[in-house]
Amino acid sequence: MSAREDILARVRKNQPAPTGLPAVPTFDGDSTVPLLERFKAGVVRMGGKVVAAPDGPLDALIRSLHPEARVVCSATAAVAGTYPLDPSRPPAQLDGVDVGVVRAVFGVAETGSVWLTGAQFKVNALGFLSQHLVVLLDPARIVANMHHAYRERAQFDAPYGVFMTGPSATADIEGVLIHGAQGIRSLTVVLEAATSSGSGSSRRVP
Amino acid sequence: MKRIDHSEASSKFIKAKDHLEFHDKRLWDLRKKRDRESEHLPEWEELRTLASAIKEHTLTHLADYLEEFERNAIANGATVHWARDAAEHNQIVLDILQANGARTLVKAKSMLTDECEMRPFLETRGIEVMETDLGERIQQLDDEPPSHIVVPAVHKLRGDVARVFAEKIGTDPANSDVHYLAESQRTHTRPYFLRAEAGMTGANFAVAETGTVVVCTNEGNADLSVNLPKLHIASVGVEKVIPKIEHLGVFVRMLSRSALGSPITQLTSHFRAPRPGAQMHVILVDNGRVERLGMADFWPSLKCIRCGACMNTCPVYRRSGGLSYGATYSGPIGVIIDPTFNLRKFSLLPFASTLNGSCTSVCPVRINIHEQIYKWRQVIAERNQLPIVKQEAMRAAGKVLASPRLYRAAAEAANAGISKLPRMVVYNPLNAWGRQREVPDAPLLTFRQWYLKFRSPKK
Repeated sequence: MSAREDILARVRKNQPAPTGLPAVPTFDGDSTVPLLERFKAGVVRMGGKVVAAPDGPLDALIRSLHPEARVVCSATAAVAGTYPLDPSRPPAQLDGVDVGVVRAVFGVAETGSVWLTGAQFKVNALGFLSQHLVVLLDPARIVANMHHAYRERAQFDAPYGVFMTGPSATADIEGVLIHGAQGIRSLTVVLEAATSSGSGSSRRVP
Repeated sequence: MKRIDHSEASSKFIKAKDHLEFHDKRLWDLRKKRDRESEHLPEWEELRTLASAIKEHTLTHLADYLEEFERNAIANGATVHWARDAAEHNQIVLDILQANGARTLVKAKSMLTDECEMRPFLETRGIEVMETDLGERIQQLDDEPPSHIVVPAVHKLRGDVARVFAEKIGTDPANSDVHYLAESQRTHTRPYFLRAEAGMTGANFAVAETGTVVVCTNEGNADLSVNLPKLHIASVGVEKVIPKIEHLGVFVRMLSRSALGSPITQLTSHFRAPRPGAQMHVILVDNGRVERLGMADFWPSLKCIRCGACMNTCPVYRRSGGLSYGATYSGPIGVIIDPTFNLRKFSLLPFASTLNGSCTSVCPVRINIHEQIYKWRQVIAERNQLPIVKQEAMRAAGKVLASPRLYRAAAEAANAGISKLPRMVVYNPLNAWGRQREVPDAPLLTFRQWYLKFRSPKK
C-alpha cells in the first residue's frame, strides 16, 4: 500500500465522531475610531511609518525618505525609480536594491498590515531583498480586521500573497527587538489614492 | 531507550542563576504581553471557541480535507508527497533535492523538520543546510536543538550568542551587542539566499479549499527562502489542514497574540502555486499523528497551532528550560504529545507539571492540556512505566491515604518531625521537596486536632 493510501485509510479509521463547522462572524465591534486612524496606529506599532501623499512627484518623496539610497526599484508605474524591474531576470538581481516601491491591494486596520501579491511585486523578492520598502496604499482600501481581509476571497487565488506588517523583525536574542532581520529594514506606507493622477503615467518621473 | 529524567536535566539549567532568572522573566513577559492583547479583544474567548471548533471539525473529517487539499495543490501545479514517518519524510526531501541537483538548502524554521531530525540526515548526504531564522541558526551553530518552539534560543544570553558566533562565523568575541550579532547573521546569511538551489518551509496552516500553505514569520527569511530558489519544499503535518480561507482569520488573529503578544506576525505568507519555471513540493507527514487521532483522551492535542503560550505560562517550563525535556516539543504541549512518540523514553515528562491548569486557560484552541497531563500519568502508571522510587512512594501514599488512622498518625509524625528533627535530616537527599525550597513551618496542630478542639460538636 502506498504511504498515501495507508495514511488516508488509517485517518478514516481513527477519526473521532464528526463535529460541525461553525460560521465565522466578522466581529465588527463598535469602535468609533476611523479605519484610517486605526490602520496608522497599527503600522506604527509594528515598526512601520505612514506618510501622506505629497503634492509633488513620488520620486522626490522617496528621495527625501531615503536620501542615502542609490538604487530605487519600482514595481508601480507611479514611481520611475533608478533601476528597472525585469521579471525575466533571476530575482537575485535585486540584492543591491536600496529602496523597493510597490502598490498594495488593500490594508487592514486591526493590524496595520498591507496585502501584496505577485501581481504587485512583479518579482516577489523585491519585497524582501530590498533594504527598505515603500508601499503605496489607497486610504479608501482599508478593511477593518483580518476576518474582512480574508473575505477578499479572490485575492487568495494568487499564486503568492503576503500580509506585510512593518519591516522584518527579530527578538531572538534576549528579547531585544530589532527591525531589519533578514528582509526589509524599514517599511513606509504612503497614503495615495489610486484614482488620483499620482498612480497614472502622467506623474511618471523620467 | 533511556528514560529522559527532566528533573535531573533541569538541575543543570537551574545552577546557571543568571540564565534561569532571565529565562523566567523573558517568558513571563511574553505571557503578560499575550494577556494585554487578549484583554484588548472583546471577542477573544469567542475566537478561542471558534478556533477549537474549526480544528475539531477538521480533525473529525481529516481524510476528506487532506484529499481536498491534495487535489487543489496538484491543480495549482504543486507536487504532493505523503510520508508515514520521519525516515520517509527525510528520504523524500533528499530525493527531490538530488533530482534537481540541489546542494544548498536555505530553510525557515519548522518544528516538523526538527522532529524528523532532517538536518543531520541531509548533511551526512552532502547537502548544506542553512537555518535562516536567527534563533534556529544560533541553535544550529551551537549544535543544540531549539529549546522553545517559537523562540528557539530563549535559554541563551547575548554572551552565549557572541561566543557561538565568534567561533562559527567569525564575529568579534568581545562584542555581544545584540544589534551587532543580529546584523552579523543577516550579512552572513544573505549570500546563501542568493545562491541556494532550494528553499524549505514548514506550514502554520494548509488550506484545503485552495491548496495554500500559510507560513507566519517575522524575519523575512521564509519569503526569501521561497522567492529566490526555483525549488520550494514545504513540510506539513497532516493536522495543519483547515477547511477554508475565511478560517485563517480566526487563527491568524490568535497565533501571534498568543505567542509573542503582537497582533500579527510581520509576515503572513500564502504560498499557493510555484512561480513560472519554479517547483513547489508539499510533503504531508504523519509520523505518529494519525495514531494520536485514534486516542480517545489525547486526540485534541492535534488542535495545537504551536504558539507556545502554554510554555510561556508554565512555572515548570520557565524554571527548567526546554532542553531539559529531551524532546522536540517541550513544556505543557510537549509533555502530552511526546509520550505518543515513545512512551518509555518520555514517561517522566507528564510529571514535569504542577497541574495548575494555566496552560489550558491560555491555549488559543482550548486544548485541555492539564487534564491530558493527568491522564498520561494514569496511562504511565497502568503500563508500569513509573520508576521504582515513584512506584513505591505511590504505593505507600495509597495505603496511608486509604486509612484515616494511618493518615492521622503520619500527619502528626510529620509535623513533629519538621519542627524537632535537625535540618540535615529534614533536608536529606531523598526528600525532593526539600531541594531548592524551604519546607514551611509545621503547624502546632493538624487540621483534625484543631477541628476536634475548636469546632467539634460537643455532646
